[in-house]
Amino acid sequence: MANGSKQIVDFAKIKATMADPYKHPVQVIDREGKVVDPDTLAKYSDDQLVDLMKKMVWERTLHEQTMNFSRQGRLGFYAPTAGEEASEMGSVTAFKEQDYLLPAYRDLPQMIQHGTTVAKGFLWSKGHVEGNQHENPNMMFPQIIIGAQYVETAGVALGIKKNGDEDRVAFAYTGDGGTSQGDWYEGVNFTSAYQAPAVFFVQNNGWAISVPRKKQTAAETLAQKAVAMGVPSVQVDGMDIVAVHEVSKAAREFAAAGNGPVVIETLTYRYGAHSSAGDDPSRYRTKEEEKPWFDADPLVRLRKVLTDKGVWSQDQEDKLVDGYKDEFKQAMKEAEAAPAQKVSDFLKWTYNVPTPAVKKQIAEFEAKESK
Amino acid sequence: MAKMTYIKAITSGLDQVLTDDPKTLIFGEDVGKNGGVFRTTVDLQDKHGEDRVFDTPLAESGILGLAIGLSLTGWRPIPEIQFMGFTFEAMDGIVGQLARDHYRFGGQKNFPVTIRTPFGGGTHTAEMHADNLENYFVSTPGLRVVTPSNPYDAKGLVISAVESDDPVLFMENLKLYRSMKDEVPDDKYTVPLDSAKVVREGSDITLVAYSAEVNEALTAADALAKDNISAEVIDLRSLSPIDTDTIFASIDKTHKVVVIQEAQRMAGVGAVVASDIAEEKIMSLDAPIGRVAAPDSVYPFAQAENDWIPNADDIEAKAREIYNY
Repeated sequence: MANGSKQIVDFAKIKATMADPYKHPVQVIDREGKVVDPDTLAKYSDDQLVDLMKKMVWERTLHEQTMNFSRQGRLGFYAPTAGEEASEMGSVTAFKEQDYLLPAYRDLPQMIQHGTTVAKGFLWSKGHVEGNQHENPNMMFPQIIIGAQYVETAGVALGIKKNGDEDRVAFAYTGDGGTSQGDWYEGVNFTSAYQAPAVFFVQNNGWAISVPRKKQTAAETLAQKAVAMGVPSVQVDGMDIVAVHEVSKAAREFAAAGNGPVVIETLTYRYGAHSSAGDDPSRYRTKEEEKPWFDADPLVRLRKVLTDKGVWSQDQEDKLVDGYKDEFKQAMKEAEAAPAQKVSDFLKWTYNVPTPAVKKQIAEFEAKESK
Repeated sequence: MAKMTYIKAITSGLDQVLTDDPKTLIFGEDVGKNGGVFRTTVDLQDKHGEDRVFDTPLAESGILGLAIGLSLTGWRPIPEIQFMGFTFEAMDGIVGQLARDHYRFGGQKNFPVTIRTPFGGGTHTAEMHADNLENYFVSTPGLRVVTPSNPYDAKGLVISAVESDDPVLFMENLKLYRSMKDEVPDDKYTVPLDSAKVVREGSDITLVAYSAEVNEALTAADALAKDNISAEVIDLRSLSPIDTDTIFASIDKTHKVVVIQEAQRMAGVGAVVASDIAEEKIMSLDAPIGRVAAPDSVYPFAQAENDWIPNADDIEAKAREIYNY
C-alpha cells in the first residue's frame, strides 16, 4: 500500500498465488518425445499405445480429407480439428459406450468415436437431419450455442444419478472462449450441487476465433475456475495423448464413483482456421506464436516414442492414411446419397402432435412435394 | 368436487401427475420444502419425496438445461421459473434449445417438459414480476403456450401440459391465484391444450380474451347486456396454437369482434388473432376488428398498474364503438 499500512487481508498475495495449484499441466511425454513419467507410460501396452496413435492418425486424416471436401464445396460448416488430436482422441477413448456425450461444434471426431458414422458427421456439416440421428443414442448433436451443452450436461448427469445407473457418466466439451459463458458456470455448478456424474472438458487452444485466451479472463488458468464450484480440476498437456487419456480415465472413475463432476483443461492448439466459414488466422496470429505449437504436434510426439520402441513405421502409417482416405471418400458418397429433405417432414418434427396450423401447412407442402 | 382456488387447482393437478407418473419431476427455486413462493407446490415434497420435488441453485438457464438433460435420460420434467420476467435468463434454454430439440433429432427424441411460470398484473409486484411476455414464446415453433383463466381449466390444463410429449409453457396468473374459487373435481381430468372455450354465449359481438382479461370481458359483457347488447366471450386458453375454429364460428354468428390482451399493443397475441381473423373472416365482419391492449410503455411502476392494465371499462367502451360502427 502507498501509505505502508498493513491490510486485514493480503489480496495481492492471494491474487499472485491463486493459480499455483492448477498451472502444472500433467504430462507423460514432453515436447521432444522424451518420456517424463515412465511409470504412467508403463501402464500402457504397446498395442494400446499403437491404438492411440492410430486414432490420432485417423483424426488428422479425417481433418485433411474434410478440408479437401470443404474446398470442393461438398461440405457446409466445418470447424478444423488439426492439432487437437491428443485432446480429443485421448479424452473420448476414456469413456464407455453408455456414457453420454454432449459435444460442441468442433467435436465431430469424438462423436464418430462414440458411435456415429463419418457419413453422419458429413451430413451434419452439410445441414441434413440424418446428421443428428446416431446409432449410439447416448449423444447430443454438436451444440452451436456455446455453453448450452454444459447446462444440459448437468441435466443428463442428474438423470443418470436418478436412474441409478452405476457405471455411467456424462461428458461435455467446450473451448477456452466458452468458459466465459454464464452457462459454463451454471452447468458445472448445478452438476456439483447435485454431485452428479460428469466430466467437463475445456479444450484451450488459445483462441476464440480471433480473441486470445488472455482477453477472456485474467485467471491464469481455466482449470482454476472450477474452484468457484467446489469441483476438482486439472490442467493437462493437451498435445500429449497419454497424459490426456490417463487424466480422463481418472476423472471418469472419480465421477462414476459418485464424487461429483471434474473439470479438465487441455492445453492444445488449432493448427487451422476457426472454421471453414472464411476465418483467416493470419489476421490475428503470428508465425512466431504458431511455430512452437506446430513443433509440439501430438502425432510427432507419440510417433517418436513408438518408433523408438520399434512398433511404428512411416510405411505402416502411410498405409493407414490411404485406408482412412478411402473410407472417408466412401462416407462422402454415402452422405451425398442421402435423400433430399422435405419441408413437410420439418413441419412434422416441429411438434410431437402437430398443431392445426402446422397440419394445414403439412398438407400444403405434401401437395407441392408430390408434384 | 371441492371449491378450489386457482392455485389449489394447480397444486391438485401437480399432485395428480406426480402420483400417476413416477418419471415426473418438479424442480425450481424454493419449490421444495418451502412449497414455492406462492405455495403452488406446497406439501408436494413431503408427499412425493425430495427425489421428485426439489430445489435448484438460483439460475434459470441452469434450470432449463437441467430439464433438457433430464428429458434425454427419460424423465418428464416440470421446472418452475419463479416469475415470467426471469424467463429472459432461460431464453436460450426455452427458445433456442427445448423448443427445437424434437425437430433437431428428426422426431427421434421427445422433450416432454412443462415450464410453469407466474405472470400478470394487479398485485403491485416489484419490477419484472408481472410482465406479459407471452409474445416471445407464441412466436416460437415447437413450443405450446397455455394459460388458464379459472380454477377448473387450471387443473385440467396443467395435467394435459405434463402429459404432452411436446414442451409446454404454462403461464399462471398472479392475480387469479387466490381471487376466485370454482368447483374442481378431485379426480383426474384434462382440458385440451389447443382449444378455446366459449365462456358466455352471445349473438351481437365476440370478445376474445385470455387469462385475467377473461373476467374483465365477462364484466364488460354484463354491462353491455343492460343495453341489450349480447356479447359472446371466448377464453383462448391456448395462446399457441390459437384455436381459430372457435373464434371463426363465433364471428359467423356475431359479425363483430374485439380482441383483448393485458400485454402491450405491440406485443402480440392479439395481433396474431386479429390477422387470422382478417385473413379468413373479413367478409363476415360488419365492422373493423377492435383491439384492447395495454399502452406500449414498459410495464408500469406498481402504483400505476390500475391506470395501465386494460379493464372492463376499456373493453366495454371498445365493444360499444365496434358494435355501433
